[in-house]
Amino acid sequence: MGEAIVITSGKGGVGKTTTSANIGTSLALQGKKVCLMDTDIGLRNLDVVMGLENRIIYDLVDVANGRCKLHQALVKDKRFDEKLYLLPAAQSSDKTAVTPSQMKKIVDELKQEFDYIIIDCPAGIEQGFQNAVAGADQAIVVTTPEISAVRDADRIIGLLEKEPMDPPRLVINRIRTNMVKRGDMMDVDEVTNILAIELIGIVADDEEVIKASNIGEPIAMNPNSKASIAYRNIARRILGESVPLQHLDDASKGMLTKLKKFFGARV
Amino acid sequence: MVKLHNVMIKGTKDGLLLHLDDRCSFSELLNELEDKLLPHQQVNDDSHVLNVRIHTGNRFLSKNQEKKIKEIVGHKKNLQIESIDSNVILKKDAERIKRESEIQVITKIVRSGQILNITGDVLLIGDINPGGKVMASGNIFILGSLKGIAHAGCLGNEEAVICASKMSPTQLRIADCFTRAPDREEDKPQEAECAYVNDAQQIIIDKLIVLKKIRPNLNRFVEGGL
Repeated sequence: MGEAIVITSGKGGVGKTTTSANIGTSLALQGKKVCLMDTDIGLRNLDVVMGLENRIIYDLVDVANGRCKLHQALVKDKRFDEKLYLLPAAQSSDKTAVTPSQMKKIVDELKQEFDYIIIDCPAGIEQGFQNAVAGADQAIVVTTPEISAVRDADRIIGLLEKEPMDPPRLVINRIRTNMVKRGDMMDVDEVTNILAIELIGIVADDEEVIKASNIGEPIAMNPNSKASIAYRNIARRILGESVPLQHLDDASKGMLTKLKKFFGARV
Repeated sequence: MVKLHNVMIKGTKDGLLLHLDDRCSFSELLNELEDKLLPHQQVNDDSHVLNVRIHTGNRFLSKNQEKKIKEIVGHKKNLQIESIDSNVILKKDAERIKRESEIQVITKIVRSGQILNITGDVLLIGDINPGGKVMASGNIFILGSLKGIAHAGCLGNEEAVICASKMSPTQLRIADCFTRAPDREEDKPQEAECAYVNDAQQIIIDKLIVLKKIRPNLNRFVEGGL
């Protein structure tokens, strides 16, 4: 029996879909059987980020309305032999095309077959959100270190606490180290002080992420990027490993600085 | 044994005190009240208005019954009802009074969009985040940071106060007064503070220690000893 994790944020554009794609990919790389589920009906993206857009035959709404069997709608990602599947959202309907109870039924069915179901939630707190959380056992809230995103995340956490699921966990996305250093961006502590939930990962702002999603290859597949390691660490924490948080500030330092540090000089 | 008086009238220096017996039937009581008040009309016709306090003993009066008594007494021009008292009240009212005089302890983080509405005083163990709101008809005590909105005395009690371990609210409201955070964030002292309404109807934020002087009634729980 698998576990369903909803990835949500309240505010749009903070990286729910990217996070869903990369956590799903990382879990699959760890050998788990994963189904990514896009619930953003009408504005689907997850298929594009995963590079699976051209393989979609049926979608979530078709399954909900019984126009096809669940397994017919699942798109297999051939890069991860039999480990990663996508249940795409419909692009032509809207959020009211499915109900929370239909969603719960689909998620429950998927849980029989998969280890993890990663549910990509649409922005907002309306029916789309209700649909996405209906079948979930756990929630991960994504925010960026901006006041508006944190405010919306706080609202979402309040709503999630009313749902019958484990307390939500937090991913802080797109941290810009140099801005934090200058004091122009909230740091990790400020965000966790306000939201007061368990932090499951921090992801630095990385141009590679955008490049990767544009070519339909989640960054987590590239082991050399900082963001990739961050996502893989999140996946390992989901699996129950205790992995220390990444240091955000040593990436930009050159060889000379490292040498100086090695010889104990003041940097 | 036949009881003679169901209605006893006493004169005090503040006016009349009517003792209504609680053993007889209500209609008997009404009849006797009417009989007894009738002669007064002649005597006191031109004199000044008398205040009347009515005590009903262990009898509970419904709204309707209260209205009937008021009608009878109100017929006499020079009588004015000051109060109707009884030894008994409805369980519902008693519970409400109890709730209003209790401190409710709540452990939670009030998050953006959430409203906590309390009758009486509230002790919140946790933060109020920006966008969150706590309303209480009494005082608000917060063991945590107040970053959202707190509204004490929301039914109009200007004596109510707001205390917080860390006071950095978006807005404070007490009864009908309100204040907002300064536009520029100053360096706030990291100590607990309280807010109250002063004589000029302004909300003042000050150190906790001033409360003892300004709102001595907060100490109602202390009996004897201290």
